[in-house]
Amino acid sequence: MDFLFVQFLNGLASASALFLVASGLSIIFGVTRIVNFAHGAFYMLGAYVAYTLTTTLTGPLGFWVALPLAAVIVAALGALVEMTLLRRIYEAPELFQLLATFGLTLMVEDLVVLIWGPEDLLGPRAPGLEGAVNIFGQLFPAYDLMLIALGPIVLAGLWLLFHKTRWGVLVRAATQDRTMVAALGVNQAWLFTSVFTLGIFLAALGGAVQIPREAVHHMMDLQIIVEAFVIVVIGGLGNVFGAFLAAFIIAELNAFGILLFPKISLVLVFLVMAVVLVVRPWGLLGKPEGAARAAVGTALQPWKRLGARGRNLSLGLLLVLALLPVFAGNYLLAVSTEILIFVLFAASLHLMMGVGGMVSFGHAAYFGLGAYGAALLVRFTGAPMEVGLWAGPLLAVAGAALFGWFCVRLSGVYLAMLTLAFAQIVWSIVFQWYEVTGGDNGILGIWPSSWASDPMVFYYLTLGIVTLGILAIRRIVFAPFGYAVRGCRDSVLRAESIGMNRMSLQWLCFTLAGSFAGFAGVLYAYLKGSVFPDVLAIPTSVDGLVMVLLGGIQTVAGPVVGAAVYEALSIYMTSETDLWKLILGGLIVVLVVAFPEGIVGFWQRRVQPLLSDRDGRDEEPAREGTA
Amino acid sequence: MTDALEVRDLAKAFGGVKAVDGVSFALREREMLALIGPNGAGKSTCFNMLNGQLKPDGGSIRLFGAEILGLPPRKVWRLGVGRTFQITATFTSMTVIENVQMALISHHRRLRAMLPFAGALYKDEAYDLLELVGMEDQSGRACGMLAYGDLKRMELAIALANDPRVLLMDEPAAGMAPQERVQLMELVARVVQSRGVSVLFTEHDMDVVFGHADRVMVLDRGRLIVEGTPAEVRNNPDVQAVYLGTGAVYGKEKGADATPRAEAGE
Repeated sequence: MDFLFVQFLNGLASASALFLVASGLSIIFGVTRIVNFAHGAFYMLGAYVAYTLTTTLTGPLGFWVALPLAAVIVAALGALVEMTLLRRIYEAPELFQLLATFGLTLMVEDLVVLIWGPEDLLGPRAPGLEGAVNIFGQLFPAYDLMLIALGPIVLAGLWLLFHKTRWGVLVRAATQDRTMVAALGVNQAWLFTSVFTLGIFLAALGGAVQIPREAVHHMMDLQIIVEAFVIVVIGGLGNVFGAFLAAFIIAELNAFGILLFPKISLVLVFLVMAVVLVVRPWGLLGKPEGAARAAVGTALQPWKRLGARGRNLSLGLLLVLALLPVFAGNYLLAVSTEILIFVLFAASLHLMMGVGGMVSFGHAAYFGLGAYGAALLVRFTGAPMEVGLWAGPLLAVAGAALFGWFCVRLSGVYLAMLTLAFAQIVWSIVFQWYEVTGGDNGILGIWPSSWASDPMVFYYLTLGIVTLGILAIRRIVFAPFGYAVRGCRDSVLRAESIGMNRMSLQWLCFTLAGSFAGFAGVLYAYLKGSVFPDVLAIPTSVDGLVMVLLGGIQTVAGPVVGAAVYEALSIYMTSETDLWKLILGGLIVVLVVAFPEGIVGFWQRRVQPLLSDRDGRDEEPAREGTA
Repeated sequence: MTDALEVRDLAKAFGGVKAVDGVSFALREREMLALIGPNGAGKSTCFNMLNGQLKPDGGSIRLFGAEILGLPPRKVWRLGVGRTFQITATFTSMTVIENVQMALISHHRRLRAMLPFAGALYKDEAYDLLELVGMEDQSGRACGMLAYGDLKRMELAIALANDPRVLLMDEPAAGMAPQERVQLMELVARVVQSRGVSVLFTEHDMDVVFGHADRVMVLDRGRLIVEGTPAEVRNNPDVQAVYLGTGAVYGKEKGADATPRAEAGE
């Protein structure tokens, strides 16, 4: 009993830190609609800066000055980022800001290693609170008691700020309807900057107060960002009280889950999130989002099939790819095979996101399920590649059909977060079900049949399957079904009023997209000869997102180009330099600012009109670029 | 003869506000029936319940004798009820003709077809519909680039795609130039004649209403207060009170004491 109470207090202490980070994320999203992926990076920076300050500022007061000072310094950095980077891309398509903040995250991850080194850093103990308090015969750190108090204090402060100041009223108003706030003459630029700064301050403070409790290291961003997202979504986007409640639930779940259900401790959090979203689609305290004001006259280029030039270009590209083995060595072939696989993966994600309008933060689940489908077949039945290639994706199909059924009941960011929850559930099961999946040891020995074991043959096999896959996806996009789901994306109101069943159409689209991802996953398993839980972890999902957004979500050829560019860049960078994250992240940031409509979107809007003018007007200008 | 639509005791409350409060009326076959009323009278709420977008609290809606209350919009549409929106809702990533083709594809129940090229399906039919509304020369344009009046006409073409027996038009002429309004309403009248469609529409432009409606209903604060021919409605004192006010809120108008009957409508 005593032990349980102390465990409960432990949960409360964690809840405070989680709340700080999550409330910042929630406020930023509520006002600016930015899904700030870099929030974890700022949290981490807060911890590192606090470490440096606490070790340089001496004296008993030094520590207590250092923590808030660190948060202020990082918040200033956040303001700088907002003004120089994010302000340029508020007009860009939704989620493009996510891409920018992802690039930032990559950069910060390398920067902290450059500045502070790769080792874990242990911060000093808090002066005055070094000891432990005796609670029912159990020792409990005094510092953690202070943390427990910090959460409610910050919550009260935020409440006062939002309800008693003019600025707070503006923030609440903007959370509800930012178009209206802008129409009332409020300077949005500064409102956004101040909100972003406050959010980052909270994140950095959350990081700073962690240093007496745990070591500072350069991976702490990813761990916290996922939990913060979960909390924000469970609590209801933009709702600070919801974030507080959800932080409490999640932290206690973490504290007790490990005791009660050690076998499924990793799944628990995401299971709770999935249940909450299915039962209350807008989070515990959230409200349904008002329909966004679609501006009449939003000029969108209608999607077109490839013109003659585009078809010739694609055929030319295919020819080059077919001739590649003539002059490429085995290494280049293996790299090309991998790029091809990710092209199919990105195209499948685009089918779901770009065509179906369902943003997925967890597409890796279906890639990974395909890979594990084949791997498990090999492990338990010894099936040859010819069987695995076709039976493997079935697991992805089943997963996508099951998860999709729940996901299509939601929309927007909530749908995206539910896909993330399902992906994490799959990942946790694979990670913890050691007897079947081998846990993080993975499953080894998934090799192609002997006729395909030569890298060249496997390259051709992959090229064939990926080409077929891309052709099939394109066919679907321009078939009645593709038009129908795109229609549901454009206007649900119109779609339902001309007899279309949105949920059922989207469900089919979700399942199809998952199936194509499954094929990509199976190929990946046979290429590598093994599978590890990484294939269905968050970074894989994020890679897919980056590929699609980089290529241009409003184009059909975008994911193909985006995947090729991103995958080639990241493979090249990892082999050439230790600072690949810094360079790749910087590149993403530059690309985002330079091409807010994606690479192919940029080509279509800026380059192609120039070309067409020079050639005289084609009858059917090839709008799609390369395929 | 059964009526195209027979509505009884339709009701909807939002919190404590009774937006639509026991509305009953009938839309006869091949009739153009106008539903008018000041802002906030409950016209759009009424419309949204008729096509299933909003769930009524109670009442009955019969389409040619069959109850359709509680059906989702897509099923109501399949039964032959077309609809245009007050604020246009279109597929912005498609061309004008593709928007119409989409409705035709749905009408022919081929939404799940994965092989044919959608842009080639029912193209002639779609073109005919666009011709009907005078939009054939804009068929290849992105619908995001259309002028508001053209969007309304495109919506009409979409609404006619499934050969509806009943058309619900929420402010069909709003945002159009006066000349365009006349043309659009004449077009609707022709469609009623040639296709045997029954039309229920709302409108703020009284010229449109009194020029084209066979009958007019007036809705005020959720209740129908008058129903009759345009002439009857025009001369009804209650309608005049709803639209022009009774002066009850602000007291007597300045200078009205001397000749109390002066502003009574002469």
